[in-house]
Amino acid sequence: MARMMYREAVVSTIAEEMARDPNVVVLGEDVVGGMGTAGGPEAIGGIWSTSTGLFGQFGADRVIDTPISESAIVGAAAGLALSGKRPIAELMFADFIGVSLDQIWNQIGKFRYMFGGKTKCPAVIRMAYGAGYNAAAQHSQAVHQILTGMPGLKVVMPTTPADVKGLLRTAIRDDDPVIFLEHKALYGMKGEVPDDPDFMIPFGHARLARAGQDVTIVSTGLLLGFCEKVADTLAEQGIGCDVIDLRTTSPIDEEAILDSVEVTGRLVVVDEAPPRCSLGSDICAMVAEKAFASLKAPPLSVNPPHTPVPFARELETAYLPSIDKIEAAVRKVLSYR
Amino acid sequence: MQLSREALLRAYRQMKVIREFEERLHVDIQTGEIAGFTHLYCGQEAVAVGVCEHLDADDKIVSTHRGHGHCLAKGCDVTGMMKEIWGSREGLCKGKGGSMHIADVDQGMLGANGIVGAGAPIAVGAGISAKIDGKGKVAITFSGDGACNQGTTFEAMNMAVVTKAACIFVFENNHYSEHTGFEYAVGTNGDIASRAEAFGMKVWRGDGTDFFSVYETMREVLEYVRVPGNGPAAVEFDTERFFGHFEGDPQRYRGPGELDRIRETRDCLKKFRESVTSAKLLSGEDLDAVDAEVLAQIEDAVQQAKAAPRPTADDVLTDVYISY
Ligand SMILES: Cc1ncc(C[n+]2csc(CCOP(=O)(O)OP(=O)(O)O)c2C)c(N)n1
Ligand SMILES: [Mg+2]
Repeated sequence: MARMMYREAVVSTIAEEMARDPNVVVLGEDVVGGMGTAGGPEAIGGIWSTSTGLFGQFGADRVIDTPISESAIVGAAAGLALSGKRPIAELMFADFIGVSLDQIWNQIGKFRYMFGGKTKCPAVIRMAYGAGYNAAAQHSQAVHQILTGMPGLKVVMPTTPADVKGLLRTAIRDDDPVIFLEHKALYGMKGEVPDDPDFMIPFGHARLARAGQDVTIVSTGLLLGFCEKVADTLAEQGIGCDVIDLRTTSPIDEEAILDSVEVTGRLVVVDEAPPRCSLGSDICAMVAEKAFASLKAPPLSVNPPHTPVPFARELETAYLPSIDKIEAAVRKVLSYR
Repeated sequence: MQLSREALLRAYRQMKVIREFEERLHVDIQTGEIAGFTHLYCGQEAVAVGVCEHLDADDKIVSTHRGHGHCLAKGCDVTGMMKEIWGSREGLCKGKGGSMHIADVDQGMLGANGIVGAGAPIAVGAGISAKIDGKGKVAITFSGDGACNQGTTFEAMNMAVVTKAACIFVFENNHYSEHTGFEYAVGTNGDIASRAEAFGMKVWRGDGTDFFSVYETMREVLEYVRVPGNGPAAVEFDTERFFGHFEGDPQRYRGPGELDRIRETRDCLKKFRESVTSAKLLSGEDLDAVDAEVLAQIEDAVQQAKAAPRPTADDVLTDVYISY
């Protein structure tokens, strides 16, 4: 085991996979950083430090610093992937999917199906998402609900450094296109990471972060840590929570959720995206359909409101699901009779 | 054409307001009291002011993530902006948008923008609207040397030409997009204006660190675009940004002594002062008086911003729709 930060898990996994497979290439804005400046290449090395050192190790052919051109970045990833390479494209902020959506949605996500299963598109599109920096409406969004709804894409949302390592390796080696969502407020999080150079976490397998008999809490990303805190508080009062970290939203581990709800009969989903057509509403509906008989209370979803992400500190705090809001929701489903 | 004393004082004042607004933010941000990402415009004042001094509230501009200078030059309220950046509910956008989303449509300021390249197509629409209205009004989009590489900018240029939109593409080449040099990222040998020309537009070039160069260039550009039927035009100004890409940027991409050199030789306020005092159009005392006034105005704006009421949780839910 090695102790490292979430962001270090990103860059070390990319470096390991690039060393292992010469077809793995990286592209994105400022992934080298400093190109065409007096400071020279790698003067900065990516604003999230998730590509530091790659250029020095693998060179300009495989670490491609791009102009500000998201549509061309993702489109080029599509073409690279159709031509035998395994591109890892970076969008600096997940919000910029807007600029590149056609290439993600109508191209990368659909090639295999439209071409009758005759092709593969092993592209990974990484992006930093989420609120917590007061970066306002165009730099703070959680976009998983949009992308999870797109057939043909796999969607990954790691919570811990170990999950980054295992899931990113799986993403890079996967022959399908994968959206890899990194929460920007987790980049500094430290954790133990297995040393095994082939350590992989399969998609569609949730992680049980806390075990309990009374209520099931499902989440992933930044908010999972909030859920763990709520579970720890309630545990002191003799209330047991199963806290399920989904890790991937497409495919989704229905079995883990259903198995838990069959025991607890109560479900709270905690989701960083707005409530309409959300991960929360999706999971609540799935449980209502498939585990109706087990339910002791209506399932609840905790989401931000149906608004853009606001700027001011007080507003962003009020916008995001908080530990208090999650605890209140859990108590509400517990007290239902 | 010689500017009147009043016009010169006003132009200087506008540039100085932007300069001091940004210098003050640079200091205040370090206290941690101001939230979010802030991109300072310091160094580029001559462009915003040299452009906007030709405009009235019926001319439109569309700005960028580095928008404070454009907003101030177009007439957004100094205190309202300061309050916005401090996140007050009395801010120009009620604390909902912050530094990157300042807008005041009544002043013809259609918004700063967090999405690089999003502004140009919006200006095309505003330029088509101006063409339909036929009153000689224009829409101007400011874009950086980074934004000029975005597909949206290319589409906007072609569509403006095809639709003969009354639209002006102002490219501010400050040599960097975040941490990347323009000579690397702009494939036309770093030349942005030639791209606009290839799209079929008349283009101009000017020195974006010299108010008079910008102002005189824009006089010609506007004379052309305000003529109904002429369609769009583009202009590239070479300029400098004095701070990092965002506040907190370590700027390791800069060469040794670069910041001192550009502050020394490429400062639009110094150049303005030198040229108007040596031509005896204004005296040093005239300008010093403006400096003092502006400093007091900024201090007052900051004090008001600090004291202004904060937004509450209920404010999150307002302004999503007009009716729902
Ligand atoms: C669509 C999109 N891509 C990337 C970014 C991140 N970003 C913000 S500013 C910037 C650089 C812009 O450079 P330029 O257009 O030259 O403007 P300047 O910062 O120099 O004013 C980048 C890459 C963004 N905000 N939006
Ligand atoms: Mg620039």
